[in-house]
Amino acid sequence: MGANVLEKAAEKKYRVVGQSVPRRDGMGHVTGTTKFVGDVHYPGMLHLKMVRSPVPHAKINGIDFSEAEKVPGFVRVLTHRDVPKNIYTILCLIGVGPDDEPVLAVDKVRYQGEPIAAILAETEEAALEAVAKVKLDLEELPAVFDVEEALKPGAPIVADTGVNYFIYEGHHCRRVRYGDVEAGFAQADFIVEETYNTKPIEHAPTETTGCVAKPEADGRVTVHTNTQALYFSLDNTALILQVPFQKLHFVGGTVGGGFGGKVDVITEPITTLAAMKTGRPVKFIYSRAEEMQVSSPRSAWRLKYKDGVMKDGRIVARQITSYADAGAYNRHTPYAVTKHAANVAGPYTIPNVHIDAHCVFTNHTPGSAFRGFGVTMASFAIELQMDKIAATVGLDPWTIRFINAYRNGDVRPHRKVAEDVTFIETMQAAAKLAGHELPEHLLAMNSWDRNGGQHD
Amino acid sequence: MGVNMTKVRGQGMAAINYPTGMNLGGDPSQALIHASTTGNFIISLSSTDLGQGLKTVIAQIGAETLGVPFDTVIIDTADTDTGPHCMGTFASRATHRVGNAVMMAANEAKKALLDVAADELEASPDDLELDGNGSIVVKGVPDRSISVIDTALAAHFKHGKTIAGRGIYMKPKSKVDPLTGEMDPDSTEAHACTVAEVEVDTETGEVKVLSLKSAYEVGQQVNPALVEGQIVGGALMGIGHALYETTNPYYPAIDHGPLNFSDYLMPGPAELPEMESVVLEFPSSNGPYGVKGVGEMTANCPIPAIVNAINNALGVRITTLPVTPEVVLRALEEKAAQA
Repeated sequence: MGANVLEKAAEKKYRVVGQSVPRRDGMGHVTGTTKFVGDVHYPGMLHLKMVRSPVPHAKINGIDFSEAEKVPGFVRVLTHRDVPKNIYTILCLIGVGPDDEPVLAVDKVRYQGEPIAAILAETEEAALEAVAKVKLDLEELPAVFDVEEALKPGAPIVADTGVNYFIYEGHHCRRVRYGDVEAGFAQADFIVEETYNTKPIEHAPTETTGCVAKPEADGRVTVHTNTQALYFSLDNTALILQVPFQKLHFVGGTVGGGFGGKVDVITEPITTLAAMKTGRPVKFIYSRAEEMQVSSPRSAWRLKYKDGVMKDGRIVARQITSYADAGAYNRHTPYAVTKHAANVAGPYTIPNVHIDAHCVFTNHTPGSAFRGFGVTMASFAIELQMDKIAATVGLDPWTIRFINAYRNGDVRPHRKVAEDVTFIETMQAAAKLAGHELPEHLLAMNSWDRNGGQHD
Repeated sequence: MGVNMTKVRGQGMAAINYPTGMNLGGDPSQALIHASTTGNFIISLSSTDLGQGLKTVIAQIGAETLGVPFDTVIIDTADTDTGPHCMGTFASRATHRVGNAVMMAANEAKKALLDVAADELEASPDDLELDGNGSIVVKGVPDRSISVIDTALAAHFKHGKTIAGRGIYMKPKSKVDPLTGEMDPDSTEAHACTVAEVEVDTETGEVKVLSLKSAYEVGQQVNPALVEGQIVGGALMGIGHALYETTNPYYPAIDHGPLNFSDYLMPGPAELPEMESVVLEFPSSNGPYGVKGVGEMTANCPIPAIVNAINNALGVRITTLPVTPEVVLRALEEKAAQA
């Protein structure tokens, strides 16, 4: 069957699919003529800058704008009182809840850099000067930064739900249960355990996140944005501002690097509100510092593996407890943890699997989507764990992976039947490229037929 | 002790799957196509191009399905007033989802085009084919033909017909069983395997990636140069994630957070290793022309391959990211203490 697929692939005759035609916008990008959101200017356009929390967890006792208002060019300030539906969560569009994140802080801040008030001014400089003159009366609260500390009784509570974890249909984590993991451990010759830790990572797009909102003569608002998902941004903005969807017109299309960071909907709602309140075009684009410390990073993860392994290298049981540091709010992390749970056991066929994947709230900057959503750090942990297993049972890193490789028709821990699988063929090709000679029995294996090769 | 005595080399490998086209929420995308009287076809979308080349690959898929020259397919995106709904460009979904929607729209538009051409040529639509160069010909009778632009003009000015097509791709929403985790969260599986060679300076703790050799299996490639762009760019991101990058260097503490690119280290040209890759094309069962997608996965395999190579070089077991010089030196200290 494997061979048939190869033949089919070789027979296909396409005219343009499969051809390296030059990308159409490439020359514009490298010569600096492509128009990005930052290049959008309108006469009379205002600039928006955020007053942000200098501390990771605090009660807001008061805000004094009096000195800021005196800055020449100051136009107005927006606070949570101006935002019609201030508390939201991005994925409400696909049924994820509850709403948890304020557009502008109400009585508390939960991470360093959280937006408290938006300043509108005639120039960017005036907006920044006014922001610097806002006086915040904050009462610091104990903060929690470690995912396991956050789950202990008595930990400072970050979320308004009263628990520092996202609730999955009544459960404190996303569960996967397949086979009997305890029976697998009892049967195993070796138990291999390890904990893997990662830190938050920045998307580092060339173009920082931002938008320009312009009120139109017909009462609608046009929003130029570098979002990765125009309708996600439009729908969330309409819900937050409580305006009919048809009053908004979102324009985008060319983005200077996304990597998941621009799936959040952070700049559009407040900028659109500012345009509606002032009747003037408004621009809000993150500085590099905001992009690095305030916009969502790749969440930090902690992953604990416990594997039961036979002397011949077969993994017979795998138990994983993982924690995603969501930071202070949901954003996309609850969803990432679900995708993570389906993939964290790896591309290996294991008869007994037990996964508890936690989405944990801490006083970190909220994490969100990032290229490889919930999977990148799972792959990191899995592939280090495979090397540790290989060393434990005395096999080389290639053999341990071939022995346990998933194949077409195998049932995965989340009970999806594997299809389109070419894991073995991919490893064979990489070994050949790297000049690593695989033994005959591994070269004879394929992803369609378990009778080929050693492990059946 | 010679200078080179402090440098040790190691090799590591890693192999991964990547589920492309996430669909827990359903996540449909639409496309509209119409022929203009200029001889062009315009594909209207609301999908965004993140710099990966979406507008180019979608035009390739549209041109392939319509059977017209690539240059005559224009992508009009992204505008919510003119483009139909797209969930967005993420989850390695755009080429797969939007490509499928474009194929469906292009097939409908092609049928309308051939119906008009059949009237003009006094032939059956079933006997016609697009030659890929802008003409519709009667199969086996090359001198009986009409150009696409003449067909578009005839449709509009003579027959009063539109040449247009509508397309959508949706995989139904997957519910997750809260007890067992049973779910169908994706569309297909792509694969990668990387062999990394590193050199570690045991005096300074600095790691240099010498080479990355990878195999990628991504289904049918629409544009191999753009796939290579993803592989090379992703490998650099992988080097950054493995060795340098974090917004909280002392995580979980939040101090010393970098605010600019002089504090936030990323690999530059000096850190570029020797890179070589092969791409396998096993068509997927549900992507356009067998596409799987390559958008997200290309950092995932280099990261563990590099860390496995470091562990191989030093005889240690580092389990954290990023592997900064401090992490390397502490691991060596621990190893020395245990010896």
